[in-house]
Amino acid sequence: MSAGTPRALASSGQKPIQDIRHPLSAEESALSRSPDVLHPGGAGERDLILPNGTPVDTSSPTSSSSLLNRLQLDDDLDGETRDLFVTVEDPKKHVSTMETYITYRVCTKTTRTEFDLPEYSLRRRYQDFDWLRNKLEESQPTHLIPPLPEKFVMKGVVDRFSEEFVETRRKALDKFLKRVADHPVLSFNEHFNAFLSAKDLNKRQGLALLTKMGESVKYVTGGYKVRARPVEFAAMGDYLDLFTQKLGTIDRIAQRIIKEQSEFLMELREYGPVYSSWSSFEEDLHDPLEGVSGCVSNCSSALEELTEDMSEDFLPVLREYVLYIESMKNVLKKRDQVQAEYETKLEAVVFREDKKTSVPADVEKCQDRVECFNADLKADWDRWENNKRQDFRQLLTGMSDKNIQYYEKCLAAWESLIPLLQDKQEAKGETN
Amino acid sequence: CSKSNFLLKKMEISVAEAEKRTGKNAVNMQETYTVYLIETRPVDAASEGTNPVPDSLWRRYSEFEQLRNYLLVTYPFLVVPPLPEKRAEFVWHKLSADNMDPDFVERRRVGLENFLLRVASHPDLSTDKIFYSFLTEENGWKETVFETGFQAKADSRLKALNATFRVKNPDKRFAEMKHYGDELQSVISQLLRVRARAADRLYGVYKVHGNYGRVFSEWSAIEKEMGDGLQSAGHHMDAYAASVDDILEEEEHYADQLKEYLFYADALRAVCRKHELTQYELEMAAQDLTSKKQQREELATGTIRTFSLKGMTSKLFGQETPEQREAKLKMLETQIEEGEELVKERNGECEEFVKSAWVDIERFKEQKDHDLREALISYAIMQISMCKKGIQVWNNAKECFSKM
Repeated sequence: MSAGTPRALASSGQKPIQDIRHPLSAEESALSRSPDVLHPGGAGERDLILPNGTPVDTSSPTSSSSLLNRLQLDDDLDGETRDLFVTVEDPKKHVSTMETYITYRVCTKTTRTEFDLPEYSLRRRYQDFDWLRNKLEESQPTHLIPPLPEKFVMKGVVDRFSEEFVETRRKALDKFLKRVADHPVLSFNEHFNAFLSAKDLNKRQGLALLTKMGESVKYVTGGYKVRARPVEFAAMGDYLDLFTQKLGTIDRIAQRIIKEQSEFLMELREYGPVYSSWSSFEEDLHDPLEGVSGCVSNCSSALEELTEDMSEDFLPVLREYVLYIESMKNVLKKRDQVQAEYETKLEAVVFREDKKTSVPADVEKCQDRVECFNADLKADWDRWENNKRQDFRQLLTGMSDKNIQYYEKCLAAWESLIPLLQDKQEAKGETN
Repeated sequence: CSKSNFLLKKMEISVAEAEKRTGKNAVNMQETYTVYLIETRPVDAASEGTNPVPDSLWRRYSEFEQLRNYLLVTYPFLVVPPLPEKRAEFVWHKLSADNMDPDFVERRRVGLENFLLRVASHPDLSTDKIFYSFLTEENGWKETVFETGFQAKADSRLKALNATFRVKNPDKRFAEMKHYGDELQSVISQLLRVRARAADRLYGVYKVHGNYGRVFSEWSAIEKEMGDGLQSAGHHMDAYAASVDDILEEEEHYADQLKEYLFYADALRAVCRKHELTQYELEMAAQDLTSKKQQREELATGTIRTFSLKGMTSKLFGQETPEQREAKLKMLETQIEEGEELVKERNGECEEFVKSAWVDIERFKEQKDHDLREALISYAIMQISMCKKGIQVWNNAKECFSKM
């Protein structure tokens, strides 16, 4: 995702190491260095800088954002230009007197100077991922943060420590980190850095930071009357609503298919053995009947694999996208709030008595925020659209592959049976 | 299929069509029934290349039943080929259990043809005159077969088959065959039951995929670049869902082949039962003869070895007169003579039965092994075809998805 973008990207990342706020230091707002979250209340001393490092040309934000779009649409992941690789692997169960939980190993390889070392390997649990995501949402409110797998699972319904569940979760966490790592802005976020490199994530410190940050973030949740969305954002909203519906339908269909296949499997497991018991009192037909029994058994195993794969790989990805859509909708709403604040303040100015021609600084600030947010959102939207296309292409071709493999296994079983069935016939010759 | 070619050497037989008729039945009520067209044609005519119009006549299922009952009664030592089922059984959900359903009628037509061909290729059954006139005489056949008096015999046969009696010395081979028949019947019933349930489930799996077709179509309407790929993939999902109908129809043919042997097992059991019956009758006659001989001995020597009321009364009320005893002895002698004739006769019957029945049972065994093996082969071929279709559809869908 960040392959095509030049090195001068994400200005927050280009700082010398000493300037990066360590998450454990509670001195200053961790937001102060991020260019895309604006310094509230300032007297306009900072230039607005877009994620690509170029200053915002407020007269035509579209031109810079379209440049941005073009750069970020390149989704050919060039290994050479990527400088940050993360993986989530090796789940392990930890049992303590207080609780039992799973940790995952998070491995990082990077050439970025923002990191002290080129490699990291440490263990994190779900809580830590959750912390990271919250931090990202707070610190990068104009960006779309990838979703995490579901936090809560109903005890007794799902076994939180079963191999399948843990593996499904691991894959989703891996995807989450990779999406963050590939994001031109999020990957330079200091909380992300800390997550990957700091031995100890002190979350109580994080909470303290939260209260300090509360001030700067508050504007996003303003209470201004929301206005009509610009056409392009309205279209996004509509699309997301419809897309959610379709995903829901597909989820239901997939579940139904899995159910029907499971019931078919149950019958097959009874069907095969009947041929076996039949063979037990036949002479000439003994081998053919045993052969059929074996064949049915092979097909049963193949079907079981197909159903498991669909449960473990297909459904979770669908559900993850539903969460992704929810995130995107929330970002759209935040954008609406920022716009609302701007337009409200603007209207107040327009209706003022004194004919001051210059727009007050704080209204200008709002305008800048709107335009920046819109640009970030558009960039993220385009990236999201691309990823979505790739992800679903992969998901659906994967589903096709699994079905093809199932039929190929069955085909091989039945084809190998034919010579066995025909065998004695040739030896006997025509029975007439 | 290779059936031996007795009657079939001279005559081509087929059940070409089925038609619905309405008419008044025995109790003068209006009823709808199906008739089947039996076509026959001399083999030579076809080979000459002239291809004349075949002779034909219409028969309904009940007439086939009459023919079969006649054969059962007339040839109790033969494993008589079965008719296709009277009512649809082992039906999976979507298939109709209605006798008037066109698919059922069609399968029945095939089954009736199969029955005629089996009879026509049997070394003994194919020479039967009643069978011949069933194929060639539309009118008058009913009367002809009625005149054989088979109906009465059919009723007593049924009674005898269901009676319980104990045989002391059944032929071991027949006992084993009867046991085999029981096991075969049981296992095929089970197989048909589970297969029907599995067919039901398979139907569900395929049909639900049709929903993908609809949702992909709807989804493609809100997409830009992804739209075309989704739309075409959806069509393939629809095709996949539709393909299950043909698959399951073909599987019904396999089920019919199994059913034929399910009913054949019954015919086999009937022959074994008949053997038991003849053996039992022989044993009864022999037992009777032995007891009569014993009575004669007692009377002749004056010793009473067996308890009898007559013996007791004569003890109590005095012995019989020598004249009375003489008369009795004479009667016994006659009875013994008759008894010995009877035993000889029955013994002959038994031996005869065992001999001809066993020949046919061996013939049946070979036929069964051959036919069931063929059935399994065609079942495997069906499964292969189904797998290949599945691979093709999913490959097509995959191609569409990859263009998304």
